[in-house]
Amino acid sequence: MNSKRINTDICSGNDLVVRLEGDTLVMRGDLLLGEASAFVNAFSRHFRSVPAHQLRIDLNGLKNIDSAGVMALYYTKKKLKENGVEAELEGGSASVLDKIRLFYPEEEMSVVLPRRQGFLEQTGARVREFFGLFMMEFLLLASNLFYWGFADLFRPSVRRRGDVVTQATLIGVNAAGIVVFLSFVIGFVIALHSAGQLRPFGANIFIVDLVVFSIMSQMGPLLAAILVAGRSGSAIAAEIGTMKVTAELDAIQTMGLHPIRFLLVPKLYACMLTMPFLIVFANVAGITGGALAANIYLDITPEIFINRMRDIMMMKDLYTALVKSQVYAGIIVLTGSFYGLRVLRGAEDVGRMTTIAVVVSITLVILADSVLGVIFY
Amino acid sequence: MEKEKVVEVQRLHAAFDDTVVLSDVSFSAYEGEITVILGGSGSGKTTILKHLLALYPVKRGNVFVLGNDITRLRETELTELYLKMGVFYQSGALLNSLTVAENVALPLSQHADLPKELVEEIVYMKLGLVNMSHAFHLYPSQLSGGMLKRVALARAIVMDPPILFCDEPGAGLDPVSLESLDRLILNLKNKLGMSIILVTHELTSILRVATRVVFLDQGVVVFEGTLEDALDNDHPVVGEFFSVMKNENMRKLLQ
Ligand SMILES: Nc1ncnc2c1ncn2[C@@H]1O[C@H](COP(=O)(O)OP(=O)(O)OP(=O)(O)O)[C@@H](O)[C@H]1O
Ligand SMILES: [Mg+2]
Repeated sequence: MNSKRINTDICSGNDLVVRLEGDTLVMRGDLLLGEASAFVNAFSRHFRSVPAHQLRIDLNGLKNIDSAGVMALYYTKKKLKENGVEAELEGGSASVLDKIRLFYPEEEMSVVLPRRQGFLEQTGARVREFFGLFMMEFLLLASNLFYWGFADLFRPSVRRRGDVVTQATLIGVNAAGIVVFLSFVIGFVIALHSAGQLRPFGANIFIVDLVVFSIMSQMGPLLAAILVAGRSGSAIAAEIGTMKVTAELDAIQTMGLHPIRFLLVPKLYACMLTMPFLIVFANVAGITGGALAANIYLDITPEIFINRMRDIMMMKDLYTALVKSQVYAGIIVLTGSFYGLRVLRGAEDVGRMTTIAVVVSITLVILADSVLGVIFY
Repeated sequence: MEKEKVVEVQRLHAAFDDTVVLSDVSFSAYEGEITVILGGSGSGKTTILKHLLALYPVKRGNVFVLGNDITRLRETELTELYLKMGVFYQSGALLNSLTVAENVALPLSQHADLPKELVEEIVYMKLGLVNMSHAFHLYPSQLSGGMLKRVALARAIVMDPPILFCDEPGAGLDPVSLESLDRLILNLKNKLGMSIILVTHELTSILRVATRVVFLDQGVVVFEGTLEDALDNDHPVVGEFFSVMKNENMRKLLQ
């Protein structure tokens, strides 16, 4: 054959020199991880322009090779074959051949990708998952949690001693400061903004009605619940999720303890126990803030404020707050633990589920607030 | 011919609060050898390893890895050194949010510029070396304990590091998997010339792979030397550990 010999430099770095000499690819130097990428990237531009149908890859000049290098050879050979060129490895020192023998795949390997679902299939699966599994699991956990909440009320032996108190401190007591502070500010701001509206009508005294109603029926309970959801809903989800990943939940179960009764019910009690107090604190602080603003901007003295409050407050408000507190507490603990239990894969999942838990519990709290608002109107 | 020292520990002390965990530990590991660190549970093996990896600060003593005094390295130099070290953690320490393939590919795709397909093939081949290529697309949470370990080993060797640290890679493996693991470790040493620091309790593994043995007892090195010398050593703790060996059948394994 007298086909023209075409010599092309494929790559010529410091450590590796590759030349295409007619139907032979000559390699000299080291084919290690760093050089392998240079070689593969450079040679991939030449796959199509290899003149021969048979290519010999001459390894005699190779001093050193590592697994990435071996795989680069494999990859090159495969790519060449896709372009209709049969490549053969030739020569090579004993140590290079040793490594090729160790790493070179014996048969064609095909990395199988999992089948991707179509759009409709995916949507269908999502819907089924939501109603069939997700909602079922949520309801199942809810019924379990509330059932055991009732059943264990007078059976403290299934819990760790002092757990309810510890949890109440974490969930309730530690939240009191921020709840009081924010409610005060919001009460003050509500009164401040209403003052300007009421003064032109000479309706100054109705500032009391406005502040008391908005704080007691809406802002106070909601603010307390949202803060607890943000603080403790996330904490519960993260704690349960981490315990699930590290098999602590399994350990609890195999020690003959009931994870729901041992871990979740104390949190439920703690939240239900402290939430009414938090709401009362929020109400008191909010109204105090409102009274202060009324005093400053509308000259309504504390005595007038309190007298007017006596006229308009009803016992019903207190019951409503109590009912709301229990509903909110249930929602927060339930969503927190539900998403905690959905953690499967460790760290990243814990973060994801914690975020979802907070968003969902705040959403549910606000929805519940509107429903209860309609009921108790 | 004198071999290069890849790891040298000089008079290393370590304590947590007031509990002394390592006292006056000195030993060396040589290029192209498998150095087994042995010792009872809680004797400080993992602690030594973490000092070698600069995960714990060296408070007293010196630690050299590949000729570098690790206490004196700057951040960038340390990162560069890390690229030359493969590490297998006792707990596996795979990233749970990534698939097996992504876990193994991580160092490769971060530190080298290779086509995605080639990276996948390298990963597939490395998983094949530990008989785990079927788990390519699974998540770590879907694997058994022994499978996790094998994947973690594949990740440790994906960059062909010149030096490999393994903390009990064999614990929890069945004898057949253990033997193929040992064969892999020997191959890494013989064919790639990798230097390996191995913490293990598996007697059969030690007999199959060890070049040198460092025996640790309650934070003190009680023996350092070749495997043959270790078998004949009459220190009570060392002797007791290898006493099973005195029977002839086991000795045959050595040949
Ligand atoms: N972070 C730490 N804080 C306090 N003490 C520690 C810490 N890490 C290890 N220790 C103590 O150091 C000692 C040695 O621990 P190390 O983990 O090195 O043991 P080991 O030899 O690897 O044991 P094993 O074979 O069980 O893995 C133990 O007594 C342990 O309690
Ligand atoms: Mg250990």
